[in-house]
Amino acid sequence: MAVNLEINGKPVTAKAADDTPLLWVVRDELGLTGTKFGCGVAQCGACTVHIDGQATRSCVTPISAVAGMKITTIEGLGGAHPAQQAWAKLDVPQCGYCQSGQIMSAAALLAEKPRPSDEEIDAAMSGNICRCGTYQRIRAAIKEASGISAALPKTAEAVPAAAGANQGAR
Amino acid sequence: MTRHIRNLVDQAAGAIKAGVSRREVIVTGVGAGGALLVGCSLGDAMSVGSPVKVGEFGPFLKIDTSGAVTVVSKHIEFGQGNHAGLAAIVAEELDADWSRVRVEQAPANAKLYANLGMGVQGTGGSSAIANSWPQLRKAGAAARAMFVQAAASKWQVNAAEITVKDGIVSHAASNKAAGFGELLADAAKVTPPETPVLKDPKSFTLIGTDRVRRKDSVAKSNGTAKFTQDVQEEGLLVAMVAHAPRFGGKMKSFDDAAARKVPGVVDVFKIPSGVAVVAQNTWAAKQGRAALTVEWDEEKAEKRGSDALLAEYRKIAAGQGPADLKWTAFDSKGDIASATEGELFEVAYDFPYLAHASMEPMNCVARVKGNNASLSFGSQIPTIDQLNTAKIVGNLPGAVQIETLFAGGSFGRRANFQSDYVVECVHIAKKVGKGTPVKLVWDREDDMRAGYFRPLVHHDLKIRLDKDGFPASWRHRVVSQSIMKGSPTGTPKLDETAVEGALGSPYLKATPIVDAQLALPDVDVPVLWWRSVGATHTAFVMEHTIDQLARKAGKDPIEYRRALYTKADAKRHLAVLDLAVEKAGPTATEGYARGVAVHESFGSVVAQIAEVKIAPGGVEPRVGRVVTAIDCGTAISPDQIAAQMEGGTCYGLSAALFGEITLKDGVVEQSNFDTYRVLRINESPTVETYILPSGNAPSGVGEPGTPVIGPAVANALLAMGRPATLSQPMVKAVKAA
Repeated sequence: MAVNLEINGKPVTAKAADDTPLLWVVRDELGLTGTKFGCGVAQCGACTVHIDGQATRSCVTPISAVAGMKITTIEGLGGAHPAQQAWAKLDVPQCGYCQSGQIMSAAALLAEKPRPSDEEIDAAMSGNICRCGTYQRIRAAIKEASGISAALPKTAEAVPAAAGANQGAR
Repeated sequence: MTRHIRNLVDQAAGAIKAGVSRREVIVTGVGAGGALLVGCSLGDAMSVGSPVKVGEFGPFLKIDTSGAVTVVSKHIEFGQGNHAGLAAIVAEELDADWSRVRVEQAPANAKLYANLGMGVQGTGGSSAIANSWPQLRKAGAAARAMFVQAAASKWQVNAAEITVKDGIVSHAASNKAAGFGELLADAAKVTPPETPVLKDPKSFTLIGTDRVRRKDSVAKSNGTAKFTQDVQEEGLLVAMVAHAPRFGGKMKSFDDAAARKVPGVVDVFKIPSGVAVVAQNTWAAKQGRAALTVEWDEEKAEKRGSDALLAEYRKIAAGQGPADLKWTAFDSKGDIASATEGELFEVAYDFPYLAHASMEPMNCVARVKGNNASLSFGSQIPTIDQLNTAKIVGNLPGAVQIETLFAGGSFGRRANFQSDYVVECVHIAKKVGKGTPVKLVWDREDDMRAGYFRPLVHHDLKIRLDKDGFPASWRHRVVSQSIMKGSPTGTPKLDETAVEGALGSPYLKATPIVDAQLALPDVDVPVLWWRSVGATHTAFVMEHTIDQLARKAGKDPIEYRRALYTKADAKRHLAVLDLAVEKAGPTATEGYARGVAVHESFGSVVAQIAEVKIAPGGVEPRVGRVVTAIDCGTAISPDQIAAQMEGGTCYGLSAALFGEITLKDGVVEQSNFDTYRVLRINESPTVETYILPSGNAPSGVGEPGTPVIGPAVANALLAMGRPATLSQPMVKAVKAA
């Protein structure tokens, strides 16, 4: 059964079987590999996309359930979204595998709450796991993207070898 | 880990050179394999094939006519930020324009790209920057000298008067300047200096500054960074494998009738590790596998559970283990039998198996045609993966091509002596044949149940105290599986991966009588290094014990440590502790208690002061502010060192609070993140990082931040008046009935 939907602003007809999760249609059939497979059971958030603007786990969303809907993947965010800019500016990613999902969750949060509090960030982002532990930079990047001045925790300036002993927090 | 891998490779390389293991290396396809040997000495067995375009500036540096600089990284990037650091080392000595430097991953070639600490190409033991430091400085400095020489000849000026800055070569007196691109053709003709002059670190303008930032953050923020999971090419098939429920189980029989009916399933067949389902896409492969009926022969499989194993380990520690189980001493001195005076402090700790649980489950892409294999994946030790692949396809290891991609984490998992998931993929690709690309995909459940866990460990300590409350004698028993048993050389006399961190501890140095011993019982559960390896448990044991001793002696834990470090002449420990104490300030955030821990691993020493409270609900510890001080020698990228302290702390905290793989009658009880709980953003701390100024060569950063937080949290709980933490995880999972 073919399912018609709109992905990143373009009409698409998915040929996959009805029960195929949107994740595998997006990745294997449409070749949009920015959306990641992490757990398959909506526990880690690596597969997060927007369905009609809502952050949704594509790994447990059958393609038949999104017929006619508007899907946005990380590729459709455009690259210059404030969250993407903040992510790059603060060097949030480490291995990077979860970050598409993190950014999609963050973008949905920012669309709903342009200036989220710490508690709102925790609530919106706690479904997204990062095993590298980039959480504090994710928090800072969401604030950066929302225009809230977010100072990263202080890091001492490393003094070049043998250059002297003046170490001070930046 | 670095030194342990070196042992393996010395042996493998020696064997290949001697021709002894040619038959072992070339197990099948002798005809074609033999043909490949023509014109290729055995000494080059590791570097045939894998053609490398060596540019004018050696294997690590390419510059194009536009002046853009490409640094070739021999190390995989799976989060550690080493690509930024490695590129910065070259760029510093080259005086390149940092904004025009990019990083490219090296192909597999042990001869050109060996980790100088391992002797093979590989990443691990937090050694990427440390082993590359002299090598890449030289590479950058040599190229710089070639540009200077080229400019001097072209402009007919004194080379000593030429300066290089941001990729521009200039001669002020004659008002001449040119970019690397303009001088490229001339520079390429200059003979590279054997011993180029390296910069005085005082004149570094890039290294140690905040300008050294990641080169992959944009690609990792817009979905274009390419991981193994993302490999898509013409004709690619996806494979999934049904594995035995218990370690050591074998496939007895299978019925694939239903699996073959799943649309998209192409083939189903037996491989050594189970039953492979090959399909046109991932979902079909998964559906096909689910439709399989497999009967397993588990007669010889490991059937003990975690509880039974722990009980056995405790018996062993109490001296009631099997008579043939050997104890190996480390750091021991004096006569423990003579230590009968003084108050006795006894404590024992249990640590569970842990899964690495990287975000990208294990996977691999292989194409096999005859004896030729070409692989694309996040290869952590390409040389070992080449060796294991070569055995299957019947070729020389160096003829196995590996394209190393970004890996979605590893934490040690992608580096093992058997190349388990790689071998599985190669077996499937060999059966499919014709050079058809086959992507092996493990789902989360496969990944979590495949073993290669941090070992289950038991520590038993009996410490006698002197009149001031300091250790007078220290009896220490460690019971764990051997990680190194899995290596081709087998278990070494002392498997340091099981005791490092207790081994070499300043507390043992400061104790007059030490009787420390390790026993390594056999259990058929595959075990492996897990970010910070032995320190994952030894740091906890040493640091939490010391805090208990300090409190027993009525002394401040920080002052108690200072006294022992002074006695042990542990200057770096003292320095990071002092720095952390200074930066933390005198008082904890309101509502929080503080705990301290200090640990040396991978050449670096880390001190942390963690602020902890009990979460609303009254059960789980929550960590707020964590002040971290690190001595990692020369700091290349302060920002990425901070990132590794932040991430390492989360990884260690996740394990200390929640991490636990348990076996029930030999079957792994956890399967996904719903049963293997990991740290989430609402549970994550705020880590501040302070780097101790140092003129020493760079040391490890990726792992040393991991093992310190667990004991720091446990020590904060002591400060709250809570009992000692004697087993992990601190928060026990509620298991499904």
